[in-house]
Amino acid sequence: MKRLLVANRGEIAVRIIRAAHELGLEAVAVHSDADRDSLAVQMADVVMPIGPPLAAKSYLNIDVLIKAALDSGAEAVHPGYGFLSENANFAQAVEQAGLTFVGPTPEAIRIMGNKSLARETAARAGVPTVPGSKGVVATSEAAVAAAAQIGYPVMIKASAGGGGRGIRLASDPEELRKQMSVAQAEATSAFGDSSVYLERFIQRARHVEVQVLGDGRDVVHCYERECSLQRRRQKILEEAPCPALSPDTRRRLCESAVRLAKSVGYRGAGTLEYLYDEVSGEFFFIEMNTRIQVEHPVTEMVTGVDLVREMICVAQGKPLGHSQDQIAIRGAAIECRINAEDPDRNFMPSPGRVSEIRLPGGPGVRMDTMLYAGYTVPPYYDSLLGKLIVHAEDRPAAIARMRRALNELQVDGVKTTRALHLRLMDEPRFKAAQFDTTFLEGWLSAILPS
Amino acid sequence: MARHEVLCPLPGTFYRKPAPDAQPYVKEGDTVKPGDTVGLVEVMKQFSEVPADAAGKIVRFLVENEGTVEPGQPLLVIETA
Repeated sequence: MKRLLVANRGEIAVRIIRAAHELGLEAVAVHSDADRDSLAVQMADVVMPIGPPLAAKSYLNIDVLIKAALDSGAEAVHPGYGFLSENANFAQAVEQAGLTFVGPTPEAIRIMGNKSLARETAARAGVPTVPGSKGVVATSEAAVAAAAQIGYPVMIKASAGGGGRGIRLASDPEELRKQMSVAQAEATSAFGDSSVYLERFIQRARHVEVQVLGDGRDVVHCYERECSLQRRRQKILEEAPCPALSPDTRRRLCESAVRLAKSVGYRGAGTLEYLYDEVSGEFFFIEMNTRIQVEHPVTEMVTGVDLVREMICVAQGKPLGHSQDQIAIRGAAIECRINAEDPDRNFMPSPGRVSEIRLPGGPGVRMDTMLYAGYTVPPYYDSLLGKLIVHAEDRPAAIARMRRALNELQVDGVKTTRALHLRLMDEPRFKAAQFDTTFLEGWLSAILPS
Repeated sequence: MARHEVLCPLPGTFYRKPAPDAQPYVKEGDTVKPGDTVGLVEVMKQFSEVPADAAGKIVRFLVENEGTVEPGQPLLVIETA
């Protein structure tokens, strides 16, 4: 492998190009007409245009991407997150073109990337799951019938989904009927697949996820991330490790993730998402993301494992670079997502030109971003501008460091979520690590204008 | 008879229907009242419905389905009574 095509955009394209360069590989950036001036395009060794701004015609267009990969002379394709990263047909098309897909086999994506099949696989591996529908519910009436067995409130989730997109909540049959068509439409628009399934909504749970790495033979875990701070099921802050887990629960949780990933011969980086009931100490597997995740840096900071580099190495056929006993948690890491959104106007997206930017630095600070002064954030893609990540010897020190780094960060020209994260750093319940997945929305409605 | 233009509130991509294989919210010749959904704007993966802000008959659309739109751009013309 000498040349790697990055089938993505934004900050993750930059992250992957960095890993490629560290491995001595050339990087190929693809770009839609809206991304000609992107940082990834500027950093790449080869640049391939892939069509109009609309993602369906560029970043989601399998034929165009395969052609770009072949024309560019790349031997491998890294899908990043979102877009086609969990599309088994894309992974298969990459392989059929004689190229290497940096990720799991199409078969593993089909099983684990499909959330309803993944639940069945988890049950077979002895991993507990949340009560839900048996596979896909095709119609509103099928959903209502399934929900009667599961119990309300239920979540409608996109089978091909992830990242919190395409999830709807319903408290009764009438609401369920109404939300079904919206959820199916959103799933079609976001993932090109209208399939949805149902799951019981567990109130007062933490969202905890386990990072795994596999080489197709062996699987190791890189411990867990705490991702409970969500708005509309979108994470806005993540940390590692989860401050609520006992050493024994952590061990059982991480071992269950390895067991499940091993059962499908997993290759590459993957994340198993769980709901953790802090009162009962129970955890339930909810879904697996068969790709690198937005919040992967907090794991990299506490374990020292370069997840993106490892993904590329195992795709080259190398064995895992770390054995399980070489992977340990050191200190605590926090990531704040800096989004182009205006918290004071109901998180209205704020695309536009970034006139000025100052990035924070100093000990234990990392910022993964595609911004530069003069860059225009296009309106066509998601609002993530970058991720500010800090690492320190323990959680209180990490919070103090994050507050300091957020104060250093300056982004002019677009509205961002920076100031909101600063307020969160001073929130007593955050500092005490006393929160669940419902905390953030309640906190936001108390502090923001409605 | 007055002509009223419905303006786009956000930058992004304009859709005339709630899903790719669905019927359009409204078509030319339809009668609408304020608050009726006439389209959808996607900006940074967030979907916002565009409501009519006047009552009347839709004369014509000024933007294609999946067209790129800017804030303040006229989307369609309503003939008000």
